[in-house]
Amino acid sequence: MRLAIPLAITFVAGMIMILQFFVPATQSMGESLQEWYMIVASFAIFLGSVNLLYVHTHRIRFKGRNWKYSPVTIIGFAAMIITGLVFGIEQGKPFDYMFTQMMVPMGATMFSLLAFFVASAAFRAFRASNWRATLLLISAFVVMLGRVPIGAMIWGRIPLISEWIMQVPNLAGQRAVMIGAAMGMVATSLRMIFGIERSYLGGAD
Amino acid sequence: MSTFIEKLGNIDRRVIFVVMALAVIIPLAVRLSLPIPIDEGPSKDMYDAVDALPPGSTVLLSFDYDPSTMPELQPMAIALVQQLMTKDIKIVSLALWPMGVSLGNEALSYVSDSLGREEYVDWVNLGYKTGGGVLIVRMGSDIKSVFPEDYNGVPVDDIPVMDQINILGDFDMIISLSAGDPGIPAWVMMAGDRYDISIGGGCTAVSAPQFYPYLGTGQMVGLLGGLKGAADYETMVRIGVDDPPAGTATPGMAAQSVAHLVIMLFIVLGNISYLANKKRKGGVK
Repeated sequence: MRLAIPLAITFVAGMIMILQFFVPATQSMGESLQEWYMIVASFAIFLGSVNLLYVHTHRIRFKGRNWKYSPVTIIGFAAMIITGLVFGIEQGKPFDYMFTQMMVPMGATMFSLLAFFVASAAFRAFRASNWRATLLLISAFVVMLGRVPIGAMIWGRIPLISEWIMQVPNLAGQRAVMIGAAMGMVATSLRMIFGIERSYLGGAD
Repeated sequence: MSTFIEKLGNIDRRVIFVVMALAVIIPLAVRLSLPIPIDEGPSKDMYDAVDALPPGSTVLLSFDYDPSTMPELQPMAIALVQQLMTKDIKIVSLALWPMGVSLGNEALSYVSDSLGREEYVDWVNLGYKTGGGVLIVRMGSDIKSVFPEDYNGVPVDDIPVMDQINILGDFDMIISLSAGDPGIPAWVMMAGDRYDISIGGGCTAVSAPQFYPYLGTGQMVGLLGGLKGAADYETMVRIGVDDPPAGTATPGMAAQSVAHLVIMLFIVLGNISYLANKKRKGGVK
């Protein structure tokens, strides 16, 4: 029963979502399912918040690895929720101030660190070890120069060659990946709808 | 000499970090300025597509990013909003990412204030709703049931800019500024392909290559890729405008130019050392 009910729900929901494209009578059922999805997805945010608090209180209680960072997380979480609920989230309110003056620069800082790691990793790993790697290296140089103004200053055709690399070899590769992934998605979806693929049930056989 | 070249491959990563930091900081500090050439390409296509919209059109602008990608995407947002508002095109905005709402509001308010536009008459921010692709599909049949109120809690029925907007098909164009999923692919697949609406977009430099297939098939009318896309757009939007607001992407391109040269220099040094070591060991044939 524990297996049959989830499989039946998956089959019915999956078939309704497919049939709504072909059978007008099932369209309203498909729309209802979409609304249910949005409600369930909203609830997942609440569950995520509860889980975040649980994980960090648990870590503090049992002095887990790097537990000293957990109070910072909980205080930040509480500060954002309390200021948002008490004062509102409109522009000029404390919530908005904390978002623009703390969240934004900290988030941007984290992403900016990538530049340093990319430089270090490229220095250590980007080797012209064979002709294929050399081709990749040359392409990377052309695209890197073509994406910045200094490339056009060195030679006016570099941006054009860079754009050609993006629009021809890159596009061909990306399209192959995209079509392959889409075919895989269709196959996996059908396997799930018909109960062949069951790993999403948490390993039940 | 050969020992020095061989040791080049073992430069301490802290040295690389310091050189990289200087490569970014110095051009910004001395306000190094480089000309931004505007060539035919996805940025120009995007500008032309927006420019071709008649005044009074309505565009849906989706802010699908968060603060981590703001340095690349926020300048695009400001330049796009500036072009749309200058052309008297109405903007309905929303976010598929929770933190995109505030960033979108910031861009819209900033440009709206500088151009004397009015919230609810010229633009509205509907806020964030979870659901990604499913949300887009629901908006295809009824936007007001999905967003009964805007970001500030004002009923959408009372908002003038929403008067003629009931379904996604009522928009003249959809533009997604996207840092991941949900973002551009969801808008292309769920809105562009299903409801035959023009889709434009902006994304981070690292994710731009994956959207080129959509440009090749005409599923997207244009694409702004990374800081270069933002700088291209800033430059195009500024043409013919008196006293345009200062953008952040154009000055950033000088820093990015130097940073790219530094990365390339390190790659060359690493390869010289690698080849020297290989030759010493008799590996080069």
